[in-house]
This record gives sequence, C-alpha cells and structure tokens, in this order.
Amino acid sequence: MPAEPARAPRYAARRRRNAIAMVLAVAATAFGLGWLVLILGALLWEGLRGLTFQVFTEMTPPPGGAGGLLNPIIGSLILTGLGVLFGTPLGVLAGTYMAEYGRYDELTTVVRFINDILLSAPSIVVGLFIYEVMVYPMGHEDMLLLLPDQLREAASSIGMPRAVMITRIAYRAARAGMITGVLLAVARISGETAPLLFTALNNQFWSLDLNAPVASLPVVIFQFALSPYKEWQQLAWTGALIITLAVLLLSIVARTLASTRKDPQ
Amino acid sequence: MAEVALRGGAIPVSQQGERGRVLQRLHFRDAAFRHLTRAAALAVLIILGGIILSLVHGSWLALSTFGLGFVVSDAWNPVTEKFGALAPIYGTIVTSVIAMLIAVPVGLLIALFLTELCPPWLRRPIGIAIELLAGIPSIIYGIWGLFLFAPFLQETLQPFLINTLGNVPGIGGLFAGPPYGIGILTAGLILAVMVLPFVTSISRDVFEAVPPVLKEAAYGVGCTTWEVVRYVVLPYARVGVIGGVMLGLGRALGETMAVTFVIGNAHHIAGSILAPGTTISATIANEFTEAVGDLYTSSLIALGLLLFVITFIVLAAARYMLMRLNRRIGG
Repeated sequence: MPAEPARAPRYAARRRRNAIAMVLAVAATAFGLGWLVLILGALLWEGLRGLTFQVFTEMTPPPGGAGGLLNPIIGSLILTGLGVLFGTPLGVLAGTYMAEYGRYDELTTVVRFINDILLSAPSIVVGLFIYEVMVYPMGHEDMLLLLPDQLREAASSIGMPRAVMITRIAYRAARAGMITGVLLAVARISGETAPLLFTALNNQFWSLDLNAPVASLPVVIFQFALSPYKEWQQLAWTGALIITLAVLLLSIVARTLASTRKDPQ
Repeated sequence: MAEVALRGGAIPVSQQGERGRVLQRLHFRDAAFRHLTRAAALAVLIILGGIILSLVHGSWLALSTFGLGFVVSDAWNPVTEKFGALAPIYGTIVTSVIAMLIAVPVGLLIALFLTELCPPWLRRPIGIAIELLAGIPSIIYGIWGLFLFAPFLQETLQPFLINTLGNVPGIGGLFAGPPYGIGILTAGLILAVMVLPFVTSISRDVFEAVPPVLKEAAYGVGCTTWEVVRYVVLPYARVGVIGGVMLGLGRALGETMAVTFVIGNAHHIAGSILAPGTTISATIANEFTEAVGDLYTSSLIALGLLLFVITFIVLAAARYMLMRLNRRIGG
C-alpha cells in the first residue's frame, strides 16, 4: 500500500475498526460456545455423580429415600411414542395437502398463519398432543416444498395420478428430510415440560395405564429440583443429564441424516 | 401405475373395459387421497382454532369481571380475588428485550465469524455446537440457572452492576437493590442464551446466501472485512435477519420453564432489573395447578390469551416490516 501522508490516518482508522470487529466476532463465538461448555459441563459434573445402575431399575423414591427414575423414563418414552403415533400421520397428511394439493388456497394460508402464531406462543397453554400437531405439518410441508417441481411434472406427464405421484415419488424423494423432521420433533417434545405439568400430571409409581396420571422425566426434574431434599435434587440432575444426552444424540443423528441427504446434490 | 398410461393405445378392444375400470379406480383413489389430506389439514385447523376459542371461552369470566382493568392493573391477590396482568406483561416484555439486546448482536457477530473468518473445516462443528444450544431442553436451562448461574451472578455481576451503574444518575434505578441472584436480569440472560442459536443459524444461512460477486466486488475496491459485512452483507441479508430475530423473540416471549426457575415469581413491578419479577408463562406454570376458584383459573387463562395477543402483534409487525422491506427492494 503506497501510504500517502494524507490518507494514512484514515486507512489506519479503518484497519483498526476492522480489527475491533474481528476480535468481537471471535469473542462472540467463544462466548456462545462457552455457554454450551458450561451447561454441558455442569450437567456432567452434577449428573454423573448420581448416575448409577439403580437409576434405571428403581422407582422414584419418597423424600429422603433412595431410588431411581425408572417410572419417569418409561413415562417419557410412552408419552413421546404416543405423540409420534398420533402426530406423524396427521402431520404428514396435512403437510401433503399444504404442499401438494392446496399450495395456494385459503385453507393452507390460514393453517400456516395460525401455526406460526401457536408455534412461538407458549407451549404451556397448549397440551403436548396439540404441540405435536403444530410441530409436524410445517416440517413435512417444507420438505415437500423443497422438491423440484420438474419431478412432479415428469411424473404427471407420463399419466401418473396425483396420489400415486405423491406417495411413490414425492414421499420417497423427501424421505430423509421427513425422518429428520420426525427426529427433531421427538427431540423437541421429549424435553417439553410445561404442557405436561397440567395434562399428564405426575405419578410417583409404576403405571402403564394410559388413563392414569403418568410420570415423565421433565416434570420429575421440575419437582425434584425445587424440592429441599438432597436426594431428590441429585436425581433431578441425573435425570437432566439423561434427557439432555438423549435429546442431543437424537438431534445429532437427525443432522447427520440431513447432511448426507444434501451431499450428493 | 405408469404402465397403464404407457400401454394405452396397444390394448385390444376386449381389454378396453378393464382399462376403464383401472383408470376409474385410480381416479377414485386419487380423489380419496386428496380428501384425506384435506381432512387432515382441516383437522389441524380445527384443533388450532379450538385452542384459541377455548382460551377465549376460559378467560371470559376474568375479562368480563375486570374489563380493561385486567390489562392495566398490577394487583394479583388470590385471597381478595383481585387480578391484574400488568406485572407479568411487564416481566415478559422486559426479559425478552434484555434477551434480544444481547442475543442479536452476539448472534450476528457469530454469523460473521462463521461466514467470513472461520477456517472452512471448523465451520460445521462450530455451527452444530451453537445449534445444539437450541436442542437442550428448557428445563435444563432452568435447573442450571437456579443452582449454578444465579448464585454466580449474585456474587459477581450483580454487585458489580450495583456498585457501578447503580450510582449513575438516570439509569441507576435500573440496577438498584440487593443482589438476589434470581430476578429479571438473570431470566433475561438465560433467555439470551436460549435465543442465540435461532438468531445465529438463520443469520448465517442468509449471510451465506449473499452472492459472492457482491462481496468480491467490495473486497476488490479495497473494503475491509468489516466494511464488506456492514455495507454489503447486512443490507442484502436484512430481511432474513429480521425473520431470525422475530423467531427468537417469539421463543423468548413464550419460554416457560427456564424462566420459571429463575425469575423469582414476584407479582410486582420493580424499577430495578435485579429484582425478582414474573412473566406470563411463569405465572401460569407456577400457579395453574394450585389455583382455587373459577376467577383465579380464568385469570390465568386470560394471561395465556394475552400472551397470544402479544405474540400475534409481534408476528404481524414482523410480517408488515418484511412486506415493506420487500416492496422497497422490489420497487
């Protein structure tokens, strides 16, 4: 750079501003990653201490006693499973309508708009099942919308009925994306606490009865963490560790699936 | 199924009838599938609409008893059955504003780092790590905030703020009072961490979508990296960035469990952001199961409805802003 005397200070000022911005950017990234390390570190530190075999084989204890988290773990699995069981077909079909048949009609616009509002609105006011209904259609619609229209046109041009085109062509092409969507939704709902506080209530004991109150990990964590008993608080940390690891594992699997889908393109 | 169509002309007359039947069956199946998906979409609409209707229905008692006073009163007394929503509304908005004030600049800077500075092999791991923050269930943030983060703040940041900014005339009141640890500021900080991945990942995606030609042209005339980002990337990406910010804001407004743990659940409006407060969703989470009396329950449901209204206004404002921006760019 030929440093003209008059320009040099200005150039130096620009470089300085640039350097400050770059340092800030690096600092911001370190800040963001720092939180992840702090939170996961705390979880491992506090949670591993209580992570014994007992946790997976025994019921939640009475105050002051020893026990495990078997019933909330099973309860969480049941609730999540039920959610997926009901949510997936409804979500896939509704998403199909919104992306394939009624892409521009009013029903789609209205559903999409209400969905937008409810998605960012409090899950607490809305039951878990309802939450499912909201998480699903949008994901599937997006995946189907990503497909190139030529695919549909090619199928239609050889005389395929639309239903066949959708089930044989569109679903297959969007399959990886849809599985990713389901996994992410599972990750999301299995950590949801708020709606369960009212809908599933809680149950300290073993229960497979779907009509009875059922324990679930997030609710147990909530109650045990806020209790004054040391043993309960320890179980809350352990439960938190279990649920976080499960959820993070799910989302990493989902992301890997999503990226293998992208690569061949 | 395609062979039915392909075989078309070559079919002998004896099979014409069968072909018609096959086509008819296909046509029927097509219509059935179409109606099935339509019914599913309608069911979703009915369920979603039903939630809103039931909220309106449930909150009717409270709204008709207190009228407009419900929104402007900060009384919250289950014994005398006087309920007003001002304190939770205030808490919800203030915590969300604190969260956005921190998360938006930090998120944009991380996106800048990821798109302009970061060595390519590090991009994906760092991007995923930041997104994992969004995957951690909110109750984890709550338990972590209550047991570790709040005590930490109580001993470090809060006394520092009280001793420095607390003495500045004008804004000193915001940082007054004893360091409780839990409170509005703590909730805002935790919300910032929860919202950060939304802002970051969307900003990164839109930054990456900026045509390289634009950036190269700016670099070509001698711009620094910061100038390229500030004057080329950001203006080009602002619509997408606003979308990400709004998504984050929506999450911050409705976030329940993490806030419930650390906000302190105090139904009064304190001038200081270090004081305990409450938010709409934290109030509902804390009190719904123990609410006795129709009016109490109805007031809590009305709070939920108010949160919907606030979210709706924010979303509508965002849509409007995006529309205007688009028009200006398009025109």
